[in-house]
Amino acid sequence: MDIIKKASAGTLESSDVYVEIEPGTQGIQLELESVVEQQFGDSIRALVQEVLAEYGVENARLHIADRGALDCVIRARVETAVARGKGE
Amino acid sequence: MRRSMLFIPGNTPNLLINGAYLGADALIFDLEDAVSPDEKDSARNLVRNTMKYMDLRRCEVIVRINSIDTDYWKKDLDAIMPQKPHLIMLPKSGCAQDILTADAYMTEVEQRLGWEKNTVRLMPLIETALGVENAFAIASASPRVAAIFLGAEDLTADLRCKRTKGGNEIDYARGRMVVAARAANVDVYDTPFTDVNDDEGIRVDAEYAKSLGFTGKASISPRHVGVINEVFSPSQKDIDYAYEVMEAIRLAHEQGRGAIALHGKMIDAPIVARAQQTIAMAEEMGVGKAADHE
Repeated sequence: MDIIKKASAGTLESSDVYVEIEPGTQGIQLELESVVEQQFGDSIRALVQEVLAEYGVENARLHIADRGALDCVIRARVETAVARGKGE
Repeated sequence: MRRSMLFIPGNTPNLLINGAYLGADALIFDLEDAVSPDEKDSARNLVRNTMKYMDLRRCEVIVRINSIDTDYWKKDLDAIMPQKPHLIMLPKSGCAQDILTADAYMTEVEQRLGWEKNTVRLMPLIETALGVENAFAIASASPRVAAIFLGAEDLTADLRCKRTKGGNEIDYARGRMVVAARAANVDVYDTPFTDVNDDEGIRVDAEYAKSLGFTGKASISPRHVGVINEVFSPSQKDIDYAYEVMEAIRLAHEQGRGAIALHGKMIDAPIVARAQQTIAMAEEMGVGKAADHE
C-alpha cells in the first residue's frame, strides 16, 4: 500500500529530524536539508530509502529537515511519517 | 541494583539518546503523561528504535506504557516488548484485576515471541486512593510484579489535597506502600521530588524515603540522580559492618557455635540478611571493605 495522503513526523529541535511525506508517482523523490549534509547526506538518504523499502513504499515525495539526528531517530520518524501517510 | 529511576519523555530524541549518560540506574521511557495523544504513535516508534539501536550501557530500561483504560496500551506492548525492556510500568494501577489484565496480554505477547512467561516484569504505578488501599493485592497479584511505585502527583489530586514539599499528605500512602511491598516480597519506589532546583530538599526527601524502607526513588530531573544514588547506597560503615557480620558467622560455623555476638550484639537472621543485601549492593557498586582501599 502506498502513501495516500500528506503526513509528517518529528520536529526541528536539536537531535531530531522533521519528515514530510506525500503521495508520488515517480519513484522516491527525496529532498534533504541537513546540518551535516556534507558528511552524512549520503548515509541519511540511504537509510531513508532502506526504511521506505522495508515498508513497501515505492512512490512518494519526501522533504527531510535534519537537525543532527542519529540513525535510530531518523528511522523512527520516517516509520511514523509512512504509517501516517498510509492512513494507519 | 536500582536506586534511581530517571523519567525520560518518550518523544524527545535529545534526552532519549543521552539518558544513559545521566547516572541513573534505570531509565523510564515515558509513553504516557509526557506524550500528547496525537504523538503516541511517534513516541512509540522512537522509544522502540532507541531501545533497538542505542547502546544504553548498564542502565535498566523501564517503559511507562499508557493505562489499560486507553486505546494505546496494547499497541505500546506490541511495539515495546520485542525490545525486551526490564520492566513495564503500568500507570493508574488500582486493583489486582488491572495487573491480571496487563499480565494476560503480556503473556500473549511473550508466547508470540517464543519467550518464557514473565520474561518482562511489571512495575505497577500506584497513584490513586483506590490503588493505595489495594497496594498489597496489586503487589501480590502476579509473580510478574517485581516492584510497586508511588506516584504522588496524581494521588494528591485524587485525595483532593495539595502536594507539599514536606509531604505530610502522602505519609499514609508511603507507609502503606512499603508494608505492602515488603509483605509481597517486591521492591518499592518513591515518588519524584518535583522541585528540580531544590538541591537540599531532594536530599531530605530521599533520606526520609529511605528511612521508611523504600528501595529507591524516581526522578524527573537528572540533577537529582546523584543525590538519590548517594542516599540509597550503603555507606562505607554499613559495608564494613556487613563484612564483619559475615566473617563472624563464618568463624562461628567453623567453631561449631550457635549463638553469635558482634560488638556485644547478637547476630540474628535479619541482620545476616541485611548484611548479605549490603554486600551484594557494594559488589555491584564496585566498593569493597575500607581496609581494601588502604
